[in-house]
Amino acid sequence: MSKSIPELEELARKCRVEIVKMVHRAQAGHPGGSLSEIDLLSALYANYLRAKPSDPDWEDRDRFILSKGHASPGMYAILAEMNFITKQDLESYRVLGGVCQGHVDMKWCPGVDFSAGSLGMGLSFGMGCAIAGRLSNSERNVFVMLGDGEIQEGSVWEAAMAAKHHELGNLKVILDCNRIQNDDFCDTQMRMFDIPAKWQSFGWDVKEIDGHNMEEIVAGLDFLVGNDSNPAILIAHTVKGKGVSYMEDNPAFHGAAPNDEQFDIAMVELGEVHS
Amino acid sequence: MTRMAATRDGYGQALLDMATNEKVVVLEADLGKSTKSLHFRKAHPERTVSCGIGEQNMLLTAAGLAASGYIPFASTFAIFTERAFEQMRNGIARPNLAVHLCGSHGGTHTGTDGSSAQSIEDLGIYRTLPNVVVLHPCDDVSTRVLTNQLVDLGKPSYTRTARNKTPVFYDGREDEIEIGKGIILAEGSDVAIIACGVMVSEAMKAADELSKKGIEATVIDMHTIKPLDTQLIEKMAKQCGAIVTAEDHNVIGGLGGSVAEFLSSTIPTPLERVGVKDRFGESGQADEMLDLMEISAPFITAAAERAINRKQ
Repeated sequence: MSKSIPELEELARKCRVEIVKMVHRAQAGHPGGSLSEIDLLSALYANYLRAKPSDPDWEDRDRFILSKGHASPGMYAILAEMNFITKQDLESYRVLGGVCQGHVDMKWCPGVDFSAGSLGMGLSFGMGCAIAGRLSNSERNVFVMLGDGEIQEGSVWEAAMAAKHHELGNLKVILDCNRIQNDDFCDTQMRMFDIPAKWQSFGWDVKEIDGHNMEEIVAGLDFLVGNDSNPAILIAHTVKGKGVSYMEDNPAFHGAAPNDEQFDIAMVELGEVHS
Repeated sequence: MTRMAATRDGYGQALLDMATNEKVVVLEADLGKSTKSLHFRKAHPERTVSCGIGEQNMLLTAAGLAASGYIPFASTFAIFTERAFEQMRNGIARPNLAVHLCGSHGGTHTGTDGSSAQSIEDLGIYRTLPNVVVLHPCDDVSTRVLTNQLVDLGKPSYTRTARNKTPVFYDGREDEIEIGKGIILAEGSDVAIIACGVMVSEAMKAADELSKKGIEATVIDMHTIKPLDTQLIEKMAKQCGAIVTAEDHNVIGGLGGSVAEFLSSTIPTPLERVGVKDRFGESGQADEMLDLMEISAPFITAAAERAINRKQ
């Protein structure tokens, strides 16, 4: 059953709490990009992705490929909420033997369709999944989440060109445009100029949304799944670290953990603890 | 008269053989005419994926297909596979997806295209990847048989084929060919020459030369670089007491390196490695290249004599 907008917002809030807890517990990881993507992931998993937690390897499931695989706490949080893994599994993030490896890994974690870690790889992998779906006469969709910094990788554009060449209407990209990459703001590291125009010129259907406005997210995902004739991309404008004041729009929290004091502040801001 | 053929033709034929398996898909990066996947494309365009001149995308598209239950065979020149090494490592080997990569035009034997096209490091780099099986067959028959065996391998592989024709050894001997098992082509007890790819025929020529000098050599076609047939190598070390390796590959890291690693840690034996001496090639005919690189039959013969002289 489909979740309402307030229910999706509450789901994302709970995931944000788990993201911060995971990164704080491990004292390592990538909170910024996890917090920017989580509204999108919450709506995708709750209302759109055809997958079965009881049978994560179901052949005809929709695929979700987190190409920006360092933003794994976000994915683990939603996988736990959707019961692919347990809340206890979240405690294994970056712990020896844990299902929650540093970067999402299909060999370790139920519900993960791609072993990520190197940027610029997920769209090509998704293209293979999309071709497989077509060869199998399956209706399944393949969703790929990319980061905006990630599209600096040339291989992304090999895949973008090939996806249109092969008319992969079952391939859907969500671009988490949080404007920050590892070292600094994207505009400092490598300006990408008109991103929507780039995808349009590669033959993709493009829609832009506010990636934290749940009504716009739902409309954007409707656009993706309603479009089967052409590869389509949802360009979501987000805020890195969204929901935790000192992480928001702050390059320092791309890949750094909060200390104990910062953790307490985050729990209050995320409504988990009342001050 | 000995039939001559190129191993890449065996690859193309194998793809046609396995086409009855609906799960087999073929990927190309604008070199299907050269790697010989074009025959499959003509017969089964619906199961052939053109990736344009985009090797990185090709390898991961193959990975996505493998993760979805298909059996992808992707090919390009050996050297161009190396551009996608990280894709092979992180996207294929690490999740152990059964993608089968073929690099044609391997080695200096590739000839007049010059050093940019002559991969001399492919076997070495791919064998350092966990899960990956590495093949380098010597003729079209064994290439065809081994490629067909990959369908049931269930793990990733890299196969090097060659551009130019070499003598065929296995007409009517298809049953002897198996992934992971070296094949004895000549038997002698003075020295064992372990060769792969285009160097197998050079090793056979060397064995003939040695025989004229009263030296009896075993010649092994080590078509599988990984997993290495260590049982056979150990047997040869005991039987002959001197070993020569021969490959059209950098002497660092390939077949010679593999054999050296095994022998030094189990049964130290005089070993001479014939291979490209850590240098790049240049434009020249295939046979000229083997001479220039000092890996043709006379160099194997000399290496065999050196190895024998080192016996205790």
